[in-house]
Amino acid sequence: MPKVKIDGVEIEVPAGITVLQACELAGVEIPRFCYHDRLSIAGNCRMCLVEVKPGPPKPQASCALPVADKQEIFTQTPTVQKARKGVMEFLLINHPLDCPICDQGGECDLQDQAMAYGFDRSRYHENKRAVPDKELGPLVKTSMNRCIHCTRCIRFATEVAGVEELGATGRGESMEVTTYVEHALSTELAGNLVDLCPVGALTSKPYAFEARPWELTKTESVDVLDALGSNIRIDSRGAQVMRVLPRLNDDVNEEWISDKTRHAIDGLRHQRLDRPYVRTKGKLVEATWDQAFAAIAAKLNGLDGSKIAAIVGDQCDAESMVALKDLMTSLGSPNVDCRQDGARIDGPRGSYIFNAGVRGIDQADAILLIGTNPRTEAPVLNARIRKRYLHGKCPVASIGTAEDLTYPVERLGAGPATLRELVDGKLGFFEKLKDAKHPMIVVGMGALAREDGAAVLALAYELAGKLNAVRDDWNGFAVLHTAAARVGGLDLGLVPGEGGRDVAAILDGCQKKEIDAVFLLAADEIDTTKLGKAFVIYQGHHGDAGAHRADVILPGAAYTEKPGIYVNTEGRVQVGRRAGYPPGDAREDWAILRALSERLGKTLPYDTLHQVRARLVAVNRIFAAIDQQAPGAWGPVGQPGATSDAPLKSAVPNFYMTCPISRASQTMADCMASRAHLMAAE
Amino acid sequence: MAMITADPKDVPQVASFSFTPEYMAKVEEQISHYPPGRQASAVIAVLDLAQRQQGWLPRAAMNEVARILGMAPIRVYEIATFYTMFQLRPKGKYLLQVCTTTPCWLRGSDAVMKACQHAADGEMFSVQEVECLGGCVNAPVVQVNDDFYEDLDEASMNKVLDALRRGETPKPGPQVDRQTSAPEGGLTTLKGE
Amino acid sequence: MLGDKDRIFTNLYGVQDWGLAGARARGAWDNTKGILDKGVDWIIDEMKKSGLRGRGGAGFPTGMKWSFMPKEVKDRPHYLVVNADESEPGTCKDRDIMRHDPHLLIEGCLVAGFAMRAHAGYIYVRGEFYNEAQHLIAAIKEAYDAGLLGKNACGSGWDFDLYVHRGAGAYICGEETALLESLEGKKGMPRLKPPFPAGAGLYGCPTTVNNVESIAVAPTILRRGAAWFAGIGRPNNTGTKLFCISGHVNRPCNVEEEMGIPLRELIERHCGGVRGGWDNLLAVIPGGASVPLLPKAICDTVLMDFDSLRDQRSGLGTAAVIVMDKSTDVVKAIARLSYFYKHESCGQCTPCREGTGWMWRVMERMVTGNARLEEIDALEDVTKQVEGHTICALGDAAAWPIQGLIRHFRPEMERRIRARTEKLAAE
Repeated sequence: MPKVKIDGVEIEVPAGITVLQACELAGVEIPRFCYHDRLSIAGNCRMCLVEVKPGPPKPQASCALPVADKQEIFTQTPTVQKARKGVMEFLLINHPLDCPICDQGGECDLQDQAMAYGFDRSRYHENKRAVPDKELGPLVKTSMNRCIHCTRCIRFATEVAGVEELGATGRGESMEVTTYVEHALSTELAGNLVDLCPVGALTSKPYAFEARPWELTKTESVDVLDALGSNIRIDSRGAQVMRVLPRLNDDVNEEWISDKTRHAIDGLRHQRLDRPYVRTKGKLVEATWDQAFAAIAAKLNGLDGSKIAAIVGDQCDAESMVALKDLMTSLGSPNVDCRQDGARIDGPRGSYIFNAGVRGIDQADAILLIGTNPRTEAPVLNARIRKRYLHGKCPVASIGTAEDLTYPVERLGAGPATLRELVDGKLGFFEKLKDAKHPMIVVGMGALAREDGAAVLALAYELAGKLNAVRDDWNGFAVLHTAAARVGGLDLGLVPGEGGRDVAAILDGCQKKEIDAVFLLAADEIDTTKLGKAFVIYQGHHGDAGAHRADVILPGAAYTEKPGIYVNTEGRVQVGRRAGYPPGDAREDWAILRALSERLGKTLPYDTLHQVRARLVAVNRIFAAIDQQAPGAWGPVGQPGATSDAPLKSAVPNFYMTCPISRASQTMADCMASRAHLMAAE
Repeated sequence: MAMITADPKDVPQVASFSFTPEYMAKVEEQISHYPPGRQASAVIAVLDLAQRQQGWLPRAAMNEVARILGMAPIRVYEIATFYTMFQLRPKGKYLLQVCTTTPCWLRGSDAVMKACQHAADGEMFSVQEVECLGGCVNAPVVQVNDDFYEDLDEASMNKVLDALRRGETPKPGPQVDRQTSAPEGGLTTLKGE
Repeated sequence: MLGDKDRIFTNLYGVQDWGLAGARARGAWDNTKGILDKGVDWIIDEMKKSGLRGRGGAGFPTGMKWSFMPKEVKDRPHYLVVNADESEPGTCKDRDIMRHDPHLLIEGCLVAGFAMRAHAGYIYVRGEFYNEAQHLIAAIKEAYDAGLLGKNACGSGWDFDLYVHRGAGAYICGEETALLESLEGKKGMPRLKPPFPAGAGLYGCPTTVNNVESIAVAPTILRRGAAWFAGIGRPNNTGTKLFCISGHVNRPCNVEEEMGIPLRELIERHCGGVRGGWDNLLAVIPGGASVPLLPKAICDTVLMDFDSLRDQRSGLGTAAVIVMDKSTDVVKAIARLSYFYKHESCGQCTPCREGTGWMWRVMERMVTGNARLEEIDALEDVTKQVEGHTICALGDAAAWPIQGLIRHFRPEMERRIRARTEKLAAE
């Protein structure tokens, strides 16, 4: 390990890092604009200049300079100070003085660094440059006069998002960051451009002029719009969620989030269920909690447990799921299912989680995608696969419909028959997987949520065995879920009990009048027309499909409005926190179930969140290890059998609308329209 | 000189572009100069061929170049707007590229520029101020399409322009009695003695 | 004074045939195999001993540059790249080599390519030199047809392919790493160094970029011996050199002369003197637009080589001598160069992108005196904020002419400001 001296203090640093990184390790702050940990090094802003001995007699860009043993680095000399002030002055001569009307104000790198290196007046007496704004779609607002040409946005689009659509045209002071032909970026990660832009050139369009950062309450939480469980920060003002930003977590989302995670939040303001309703004479009529509970009690009291069923939605917190499960048990009903899509998963934990973890993708050296389009199902995870691909020596192949995943994918075929051939070693890619030290088999809901899902799963299991992909030092069997609640639901056993019915059987039962009452816990992704004449209780936060069919509506809380535990596709237990209260009479979901249970004479044995969480741990120990990914048991899964010829289609054909929140979002509707327009133009 | 840095809205874009077989053969020849997978190296050459075929570079041509070379269109737009020889608007039959950098300016490029501007009609002649053309000992220099006209003044520039108008091709090079870059009036070296 | 017998570029003016037959008659391609047979080490050693310093402007010893290439070819091929993007204002020497004696360059490419274990070379010719590139292409074809290039070039057992790559109008591509970017099909934006091209150049492979003149003189040096070349000029400033003399002389021209020739002798012997006589001289930019100008007093005695011009806080650069007589608006002459650098900045680094425009705009005001006296200091300060703070040397090149102007002609700048102020006060 090289030893370097930074401002006279000796420090040992890992070999191969840059001078800037070494300074960071030493706790010496180096100002920068263009440098970003997760992007290639551009070295163009020249803000990070330091003096280095031995070296040329001029300051060096520390972001691009490798450390060397016995190097002496000076970050505070007059030369360095003068260089930084000079760069700052250059950046400011053509930067508008419009901070008061700039959305970046208060969280602007240029503003912050100008405090340290700027001067209180200008020596520049010429006119400032005027640059036309660009059209980048519904999410990113541009104000190109403010652009400092750091090229972070270009590098992000090209490298991370994998859409080579942003560039810098022209040259010199006429250089402009643009798409040239003025169109929205065809990425699901556009919002990250706004985070990356160190100035106010790229700001959030939906959030434009909505708030100042210092007015906002910041709550660390977890996203539920896909199953990745991205770590987020919810910024709210009063009860209103103003924006969602990513939190850093290298194990999960690095520092990116998808556009849905970030921008579906306006859906939280629309079509909300803010009071109980009871269907009276065919119409839903506003009711009190008491009336709603009375209506339910009237229906359920005396009803045999086998005639009651519950279906759990895709975004439920673990607390409400365990409460529902306990309630159903006390009502004597084994008919509980958390798999709205009918995915054929019920094996040991290792068969339903992304065992290698998101980090495992970095390690994988051959990846097979079965029935999944990670780009629409979990765009941030897809970017991780792309990153792995770019790193080299990691072929990626898919079985399913052809999709543009932003990296080259060898498409082996469409249906389960192809998987069979692969398992039998008849396809060339088998050898690549076999030769890989860390083969990864990603199984999507598109492969499992179908009639022959169990047989496809069995094939994937067989393949894992042949590849020796599951062993002590590596578990390459990776299930990519689309529902944030799913792994938690499976961990809590929200699947049919002894003699119980799964979703299909519940719906079947409804139509055959074998099921008389169905409890939908925020379940909107089922075919509600198949509920027959059953009495439907809907507990949730949006007036979506489930609520429309309900006989009683119990208004619950969205993920930003309640503390809740979620288990992501890796099986990582994460805690979401409340950023604000649910609207009107709506309440936290476990508390609603607790209140209802009392009314039904089956009082659940917990009164506080603490007690519910203790119950979670009692049901499954993994809930005790917050932020950890507990390994899953492994064993034969699926059900070998006949498969159909139908192609394995992704479970998420439309990224922008996948849940009640995103369906209620105008921003997501705008994104869809913009994408459709883009596709039509091509 | 005026660089176009965004898709110019006032330009009559063409609906489509494809190389003629003759030009396509040249495109392929250019691509063959580079190792396999490095065909992007030919982008300047292929854009130049497109410009020679079309007379200028419409967006459709840039898109076609991107397709042929397997490049993202934005990368081609970047190139086309970075290098000054690419013309993103239609030009006259003769593009008068007048060098006005200091060595040419010292020897009277202002007057030459005046003559060119006077002639510029957008159909026969378009005029463009350019930076140093690299013919400084024969200043002032004007490049007309591919050819350098050198040692110009207002009168000799007008003569060249008149000849071009008449459909003639005046002899490129010095417009005074001089052997290329040798001193006017006789060699001081290499006299063959 | 250099005699014709010691001149390398004997068809500099294109009087004779530029094709293969003419070149052979002038001694080119004479037993090239014999040179290659002496081996890589001998060639590099001779080049080092000759004292040849790069002719593209920076003056880095050519033999040493070649020696930086890896000693063995491993998984990545080696490349020779010739910088024929001649764009430094005042400079037009490589043009003459390409159009009038292309075989000198081509033979040099084979020798240099062999010495750096490269099987392929690219000559990057500025786009505007269309006709020059055509000569080069034709000459390369002649060489292939004669077995001088290609498989077993010259019967040496060495395979060597050579290609012409045309640019499209960008001064910055004369910077070697910008040139490599451009050659790879990207914008000509200089790369961060390290890595240097000898480690990771074209396509990430070991590459050496040399100026046309540096390569074209190599075969003659190797044929006539390092001692011959080193015997011309002064120590550390050896050999012959192509000079381009433009501006206010009676007969501007290119000429091959001895390194270290006095500036005055160069102008008077070959250019018929300064227009209006030596005493009518105002200033000279001795090495292309990017070096600081010299006032007459220094021009009286200065020698034209790397070290003596460096001692005068200027530089030999490309040996492009731009002469300005007393009729010259010297502030405007430099302001025009400031515009050039603003126009040619690639836009990558902050100081250059923003600074070149700033400097030019202030210079334009200095031309008319539309400024305050203290702005001269401010302008000089801005040049210092650009200089040394950028990825490549374009920032320095933009700063130096202005620094030279302020150093030598500050009174003139002040006079204009005062005159304008007084005129405004009077009105």
